[in-house]
Amino acid sequence: MTTTARALPLAKRYDTGILRWVTTVNHKDIGVLYLVTAFTFFLVGGIESLLIRLQLGEPNNTLLSPEAYNQIFTMHGTTMIFLFVMPLMAGFGNYVVPLMIGARDMAFPRLNALSYWLFLFGGLLLYSSFLLGGAPDAGWFAYAPLTSTQYSPTHGMDFWVLGILMTGVGSTVGSLNFVVTILNLRAPGMKMTKMPMFVWQQLVTSFIILFALPSLTVAATLLFLQRNFSAPFYLAPQGGDPLLWQHLFWFFGHPEVYILILPAFGIISEVLPVFSRKPIFGYSAVAYSGVAIGFLGFTVWAHHMFAVGLNPIADAIFSLDSMIIAIPTSVKIFNWIATIWGGKINFKAPFLFAVGFIAMFIIGGLSGVSLATVPIDFQVEDTYYVVAHLHYVLFGGSVFAIFAGIYYWFPKITGRLLSDRVGKLHFWIMFIGFNLTFFPMHILGLLGMPRRIYTYGSQYGWDTLNLLETIGAFIIALSILTFLWNLFTSLRGGEKAGNDPWDAHTLEWTTTSPPPAYNFAAIPTVHSRRPFWDQKYPHLAD
Amino acid sequence: MSRKKIFSPQKILLTIGLLSGLGLAGCAGSPTWFEPASSNAALITHLGTIIFGIAIAVFVIVESLLIFSVVRFSRKRDGEPAQIEGNTRFEIAWTAAPALILVVVFFLSLQTLTRVAYSPATDPAGAPASANALHVRVVGHQWWWEFDYPDQNIVTANELHVPVNTVVNFDLESVDVIHSFWVPQLAGKTDVIPGHVNHAWFQASQTGTFHGQCAEFCGTEHALMRFDVVVQTSDQFQAWVTQQQAPVATMTGAAAQGEQLFLNGACIACHTINGTKAQGKVGPNLTHLASRSLFAGASFDNNAANLKRWLSDPPAMKPGTQMPNLHLSQSDIDALVAFLTSLK
Ligand code: HEC
Ligand SMILES: [Cu+2]
Repeated sequence: MTTTARALPLAKRYDTGILRWVTTVNHKDIGVLYLVTAFTFFLVGGIESLLIRLQLGEPNNTLLSPEAYNQIFTMHGTTMIFLFVMPLMAGFGNYVVPLMIGARDMAFPRLNALSYWLFLFGGLLLYSSFLLGGAPDAGWFAYAPLTSTQYSPTHGMDFWVLGILMTGVGSTVGSLNFVVTILNLRAPGMKMTKMPMFVWQQLVTSFIILFALPSLTVAATLLFLQRNFSAPFYLAPQGGDPLLWQHLFWFFGHPEVYILILPAFGIISEVLPVFSRKPIFGYSAVAYSGVAIGFLGFTVWAHHMFAVGLNPIADAIFSLDSMIIAIPTSVKIFNWIATIWGGKINFKAPFLFAVGFIAMFIIGGLSGVSLATVPIDFQVEDTYYVVAHLHYVLFGGSVFAIFAGIYYWFPKITGRLLSDRVGKLHFWIMFIGFNLTFFPMHILGLLGMPRRIYTYGSQYGWDTLNLLETIGAFIIALSILTFLWNLFTSLRGGEKAGNDPWDAHTLEWTTTSPPPAYNFAAIPTVHSRRPFWDQKYPHLAD
Repeated sequence: MSRKKIFSPQKILLTIGLLSGLGLAGCAGSPTWFEPASSNAALITHLGTIIFGIAIAVFVIVESLLIFSVVRFSRKRDGEPAQIEGNTRFEIAWTAAPALILVVVFFLSLQTLTRVAYSPATDPAGAPASANALHVRVVGHQWWWEFDYPDQNIVTANELHVPVNTVVNFDLESVDVIHSFWVPQLAGKTDVIPGHVNHAWFQASQTGTFHGQCAEFCGTEHALMRFDVVVQTSDQFQAWVTQQQAPVATMTGAAAQGEQLFLNGACIACHTINGTKAQGKVGPNLTHLASRSLFAGASFDNNAANLKRWLSDPPAMKPGTQMPNLHLSQSDIDALVAFLTSLK
């Protein structure tokens, strides 16, 4: 392998400051743009969730009107899924994948920039609805016919459709770019079976996006035609069918869950080995279980529809498929624990977040199996139990993994380390706040509290738990402030990272922090799954 | 920071125990399916107890493994760990174990599903069709429930009466958007979908009043789309049927004045009063309004004071409701409420 001490001459930089960011086609710049924009949307979606929790903090509260509440929870869900987790993972992918596979950039740098700008403007378009007559108000899965002009007369749903379509085109283009990059631009010697696990999960995720998004695109386009050109696809009185929406939407919507969680699996599978000072346990099992989840994810959409009155045989089949997915998922969890097992743990913030991820994801997985049990689903679906489940998967899962990734790669991106002490403080505040907010939701669901209600009476015995959740939400907000503080102080005066602060395994750590525009002066040749580790520790090589 | 203390399994269990304790404290009066009041809901509760038991056991085992490995291998020591890349035997074991558990879960689930999915009074393969089954048509409206008893010729709203120990078969229809029919203590959800007629059933096993609610987000007042199910002995139920079938009594005094206002006002465009020219179908049937204990999606106590507030400005009480503010004068409101409270 070649050292990176040698630098290549660069073309004269005419673009600095803001112009650089607007005109950039470099994968690392675009990655940073994705990360910063998506994180900003996370803060916006977070403020929306605080409004939701304030409203539900006490029974019969009148802080928000029902109209405002419905817009806010719709935007919260839409934002967190389409404008935060998805693009944030794309941000990591953009920054890290070319570095990990020893490439100089993505395969199509200009298309890559296009994906980002489509995402940004799609998000802004969606948010402009607040100023232009009202935000969408039919929930993030926008069930027909509530989305028709008759029941949702503002232009909110039109903004929703156009925003979703625009970010969707961005994701599609971005995914194609990932697929081509990963299949074609790997450094010499890096066979598919030697790719870092994060790259594997990005590859599978990109394929899922390519096959799932068309269904959403069709569904949303039909909705747009219905709302603006009187084509009653989803309107029963004119011969349409509201269930058509549900099938089209969930055929996308369930794979979407894996789009949000597989990159998180990838991050965890990078962080755990590095901080346990061991290779990932069962590389093939972890990689292929991701592929299996990707395929199976397309066969379970109707488990969101057990109560619509499909026949019980269909229910049973979709239930079986959903349970089967739990198998590759548990395989991953056991492999991660086995990766830690016998290691020599370097107990740093990224590791702590990764362990928090596993601990919380287990809960989300188990509640998922209970939801796949059809008769139980009849009782708990559309209650706070589901809200608890999805947050244990997407917050306890994806968000904890995202922070693991941020603490892990921040030094590579900025050249400075985030404070580890503040990072651990951030973790514990977030861990406590998260569980205080979301664990009681399981119980509230079992106590009969439906989701998406803007108010409830005190006669149902839901008051105390709701108050507790609201307090928990503000503790999460405090943890995010702690993180932002860490971010700003570390950017200014954080410890210098050097090339390889974690004694890591993969190629991105062989180059400088931040890496030069061209990443590697000479493209490295790869012989194993942990090229950098093997170079540093030849006697412990794979 | 001493992570060993914070990470200890006892503390985590304690926290969970505490939270569940709080949950149970809140239980009084909650519409929870853990206190089932029908034979079919009891089946689901039974299944739920088993599945949650399995889940908690798996949770404890896997989280303990995780915590143990983290605590154990955080200790400082010399040398690098063995670079183990996998172990086929272990990997087969932890693929097979969850698979086995899931097979059990799936079959338990299937067993319960076949029993709750088909009503025993219509199941072609099951028990003989019972002639005593009660048939109710449920119609979802933004944001209230209509209950029609075609065999008894009764139409009412937001308060469903059924006899105990009798199979009740429901046909579910919607006139606008998707709703979901749910009475946690009596039956799981079945969606109410425009253009489809869905079916649900239950057989209540004890008398009492049970809380029901719309469980599919259906717009502005989804939260105030509730209803009550009153399970009665068969004598009480018969008495209720007789009362609901009775024609409207002859009104006197202020009530008679209110009746005239009603029949000559806007009300008849939307409301029905049996045997009069008021045949509107937009809002609830008011023939026996005063026999119901709640109104407007079972959201407010049905008394004169609340009805006056309602008539003076419905959207002020229930923002978004389909009943508009009719700008009635105070004296008209008083007369109308005198009439409405006489609709026993
Ligand atoms: C434009 C149609 C419309 C008109 C006109 C109208 N109502 Fe209503 N009314 C409704 C609807 C719809 C509801 C159900 C509201 C809800 O629960 O959200 C309702 C509910 C009610 C209720 C409560 C019924 C229950 O059981 O929940 C009463 C009482 C009532 N209206 C009385 C009147 C009177 C008296 C008038 C005439 C002065 C009137 N309404 C005129 C549509 C109308
Ligand atoms: Cu409803």
